[in-house]
Order: sequence, then structure tokens, then C-alpha cells
Amino acid sequence: MPAAVTFRSVSRHFGAVKAVDSVDLEIAEGEFFAMLGPSGSGKTTCLRLIAGFEQPDGGEISILGTSANGVPPWKRHVNTVFQDYALFPHMAILDNVAYGLMVRGVDKATRHKAAEEALDLVKLGGYGARRTGQLSGGQRQRVALARALVNKPSVLLLDEPLGALDLKLREAMQEELKGLQKRLGITFVLVTHDQGEALSMADRVAVFNEGRIVQSGAPEDIYNRPKTRFVADFVGSSNILSPSLSGSLSGDRRWKSLRPEAFTLEPGNGRLSLTGTLEASSFMGAVRRVSLKVADTSIHAHLPAGAALPADGEALTLHFAPEALNPLEDAA
Amino acid sequence: MRSDKHNRAPFPLTLAATGGLLFLHLPLLLIFAYAFTTEDKSFQWPPPGFTTRWLAVTWARPDVWQALTLSLQVAAIATAFALVLGTLCAAALSRARFFGQEAITLLVILPIALPGIVTGIALRSAFGMMGIPFSFWTIVLGHATFCIVVVYNNAVARFRRMSPSLVEASYDLGANGFQTFRHVILPNIGTALLAGGMLAFALSFDEVIVTTFTAGQQQTLPIWMLEELIRPHERPVTNVVAMAVVLVTLIPILGAYYLTRDGAETAGSGK
Repeated sequence: MPAAVTFRSVSRHFGAVKAVDSVDLEIAEGEFFAMLGPSGSGKTTCLRLIAGFEQPDGGEISILGTSANGVPPWKRHVNTVFQDYALFPHMAILDNVAYGLMVRGVDKATRHKAAEEALDLVKLGGYGARRTGQLSGGQRQRVALARALVNKPSVLLLDEPLGALDLKLREAMQEELKGLQKRLGITFVLVTHDQGEALSMADRVAVFNEGRIVQSGAPEDIYNRPKTRFVADFVGSSNILSPSLSGSLSGDRRWKSLRPEAFTLEPGNGRLSLTGTLEASSFMGAVRRVSLKVADTSIHAHLPAGAALPADGEALTLHFAPEALNPLEDAA
Repeated sequence: MRSDKHNRAPFPLTLAATGGLLFLHLPLLLIFAYAFTTEDKSFQWPPPGFTTRWLAVTWARPDVWQALTLSLQVAAIATAFALVLGTLCAAALSRARFFGQEAITLLVILPIALPGIVTGIALRSAFGMMGIPFSFWTIVLGHATFCIVVVYNNAVARFRRMSPSLVEASYDLGANGFQTFRHVILPNIGTALLAGGMLAFALSFDEVIVTTFTAGQQQTLPIWMLEELIRPHERPVTNVVAMAVVLVTLIPILGAYYLTRDGAETAGSGK
């Protein structure tokens, strides 16, 4: 079975800016794939390359085993959910959803029936007669989803689809999108700058920085075994230990990352420890966030909310398992 | 702007505004009055008598009909040119970002800022240099220069309000360029084009200066009226025609106003 999307050293330059710089990528069919990165990292350009809004300056893009270079967007079996939804303001909801079928010449009764079904799928049955202006942000998002899904695409592209929604709605939509993807079995490609979103929804995550993929893998791998300082810092929060500090702890002089939740107050068998001055601690609900000054480095730790701490400015020792120290590939 | 109790315009301002409006619009009423006078040599006030005879006289004059037909044809064709070219200009300049874009935008709207006499002389010398004889088509070209700007101004305002992802969404859903234009772009800019087209038509219909430089023997309606003023015979006929022109051009201008009023858009602007 061919991969849903393949990039072979694909580049896209805008003047001197290498938006996408020789990217290799393979997205399996039926996979929920997330492209994660800060703004300007090239993830959105990659999405636009798959959709066909951009053409590569170098390399080859294949969709379902067929080269997509030079193929216009309207001839690709790929649909997009846009960040601003891009619903047609002059059309009723039903006609928005039926648009893809309309331009393919599907007759009115058939396409309206399909559009109704797609609206049911996103729990907006009966909204077909309304105008886009009468819907809330969350509802427009669902219409945009229905409008893409009605075409039964091989690949569905989602460009920061939840960015404009409030927190509660976003969490509900995350679960719903994931459920929908499992049910329909369509390949989803999600572009997001929100690491929580990428980790919770995707089967596989590619982390982008400066036009390149710096690491890709299962969410657990990305989170637990970041390869570089950039990934360790961008995906979740992480303590970055300099070669000298990590050398003094384990004798291994390399850059290391250490997750804040790895720390405990209790010493244990074979556990390593860090001693410093307690700078500040703040109550975060489920945890207490502690900042500890060790030499010239600030170390952040998440401790149980009820942990007994000394006063600020006093000495404090924190313990962690040696395997929590994750070596990074950055040059020492 | 409506004023409420707390924000009433002071009396001198009201007076000045009323005076200004009267100054602008009384002459129009005078034209109407002289269209029905019994005196046919001079503008005598008050008109010595009332007659509708001039309506019939005007109706029977073939030169009036000729000039009117020419003006309508020129306006229609210049507007048609302007709709196509102005829309294309607006589409290009509102979407793409490229070197020299500001300069080109300025060049596109320049014809409406330039005095008509400059446009006229420029076109006349250009036609002369290229050996193009003055004809119906040279008038149309002259009018198209400023009609394009009116259409462009209206279209570009609408294009800027339109999210660029609408076009991409249409492509994404399988529509090619033509389908996208027909189903997405045109419905979104339609009223702006109608408004721009109506204004372009009205501008072309009463244009004198550029026409004087680009017409050969042809007389458009405004040129005909000017000639009639210089050598007066049956003076009120000119007034009847003027009255008809006011009524005919008022319709597209009001139409354009209503089509674009619910949006901060440029309908007229200039000229």
C-alpha cells in the first residue's frame, strides 16, 4: 500500500527565506499525523504544498503513490479545513457543504442529501438553511469540516483548526476530531503550534523548526526522548542541563533534558539529587511549581500540591531517577 | 449624520449648510423652469409663460437623437471595457505582492486625478502620432481611461474585504479557475461591479473635455449641448435635454449609492 503523502527532499523558498528546506516525510494511510512547530517553522507551507496552493522549488511530492508536482489543487484528492474556515458568505450552509459536489456536476438532490449527511456527521443536522453569519465559531468549524469530508478525501488537511476556539470547546473538539478520524479511517494531517494538541490527537508527530523536521515519532517518544534542546523546550516544558551541570551529576558531559515532573522530595535507591536554593514556589492546582537555583541555572520542578517546602531562600534537595536524564544531540 | 437633542448643530452652521445646498441645486431647478418657458431667445426671469411645446420640438429633432444615441453607445462600450479591465487590475493588485506594486496602483488611479485636459491632449497627440483617425472608438478609448479607475476603485475595496482563503477553499473543493470566478468571486464582488459600472456609465455620459480632444466629427450629447449654447436657436430645447440628462444620470448614481452604502467603500471618489 503506497503512503498517503510522501516528500522527497522537498524545498520551497520565498526569496532568501527557506520556508521548507529539503524535507523528507512519509505519512501512512489512515494515520493521524501532526506537524508541530512555532510560527515560521515551515509546517503551514508543508500543508499548502500537500494541498497544492504552493508548488515545490525542489524535490518531489507524491500523494497515494502518484507524483503531485505541478498538479493544481482542484485535481488533488485532498481537502482542507482552513484556519479561518473560509466558508462562502454568499451561500447557505447546505450549499457551502455541497460546493465540492456541485462543481463536480453532482445533481442537486443527490448533493443536498450528501451534504445533510455530512452535517449530521458533525452534529449540525438541520442547520443547512442558515447563513454563515448566524453560526458561532465552533459551529463554523464543524461546517468547514463537513464541507471537506463530504468529498470523501484521501487526505484531510487541518490548518490550526482549533486555534480560534475557546479552551473548553477546543478540548471537546480534539476528542471529537480524533474519534471522527478513527471512525472514517481517513488520513488526517494536522498543523498546529500547540504541543498539547499534537501530542493528544496524533498517532505520529513531526516537530518543525526553521524549515526542517527536527524530530518525528510517536507522541510518547517526542515527549520522553527529545533529541535536541529545541524539541525538549518546545514540546512540554523541560529543564535543559548544560554539559558541565549534567557532568557533575552523572559523569556524562553532554546536554541533557529533565522533565519537571521527574522530581520528588524523597530520596530513593540509586536516585540522583540536585541541591540548590528555593527561589519561588507557586500553587498550580494539581501540582506546586518550584523553582530551584542550582549554580547559575534555574531548575523547575512539579511537586505534589501538598509537599512540605522550606521557606523561599532556604536550601532544598530534589531527587530524580537517573533514567529521567535524557541526553541531547546538541554539540557539547 | 443624525443629530439628537444634545448634539444639535449650531444655527450659523445650519444656515451655511442650507445656503450651500441651495447654491448647488437651485441652478438645476432653473434649468427645469426654462425647459417650459415660452421665451425662446433669452433667459428671462420670471419666465413669461408656461408651455410643454419644447418637449415635442426636442422629440422631433434628429440631431438630439443622434447625439443621445452616440453618448449611450460610447458610455455602454467604455463601461464594458472598464468592467473587464478594472476588475482584472483590482484582482491583481489586491492579491499579489510584488515589486513596484505601489507605483502601478498609482498609475492605475492616475487618470482620474489628472485634469481631463491633460488626458485629452495626451490621447490626441498619441492618436495623431500613430496615425489613428478620430472615430467612435477613439472616444470610447478616451472614456475608458477614467471609467477603468471607477470600476477598479469599487472592485479593489471589495477584493480587500474578501478573505483570500475563499478562493483557495474553492480550488481545494475541486473548482477550477473559471468555476471559482463564477461561483465565488463574482457573487462576492457583483454589487461592487454594478455600482462601479453605473458610475462609470454616468461619468462617460456627461464627459466633455476628453471627448473634445478625441472626437472627430461626432457629437456626443454634452458636446451637442455646448454647441447649442454658443449659437442659440430654440434655446429651451437645450434645457429639455439637460433635464432629461439629469434624470437619466440620477438613476445609476442613486443605484450605486444604495448598492455600496452598507460598507466603507469608495463608490464615486474624484472626477
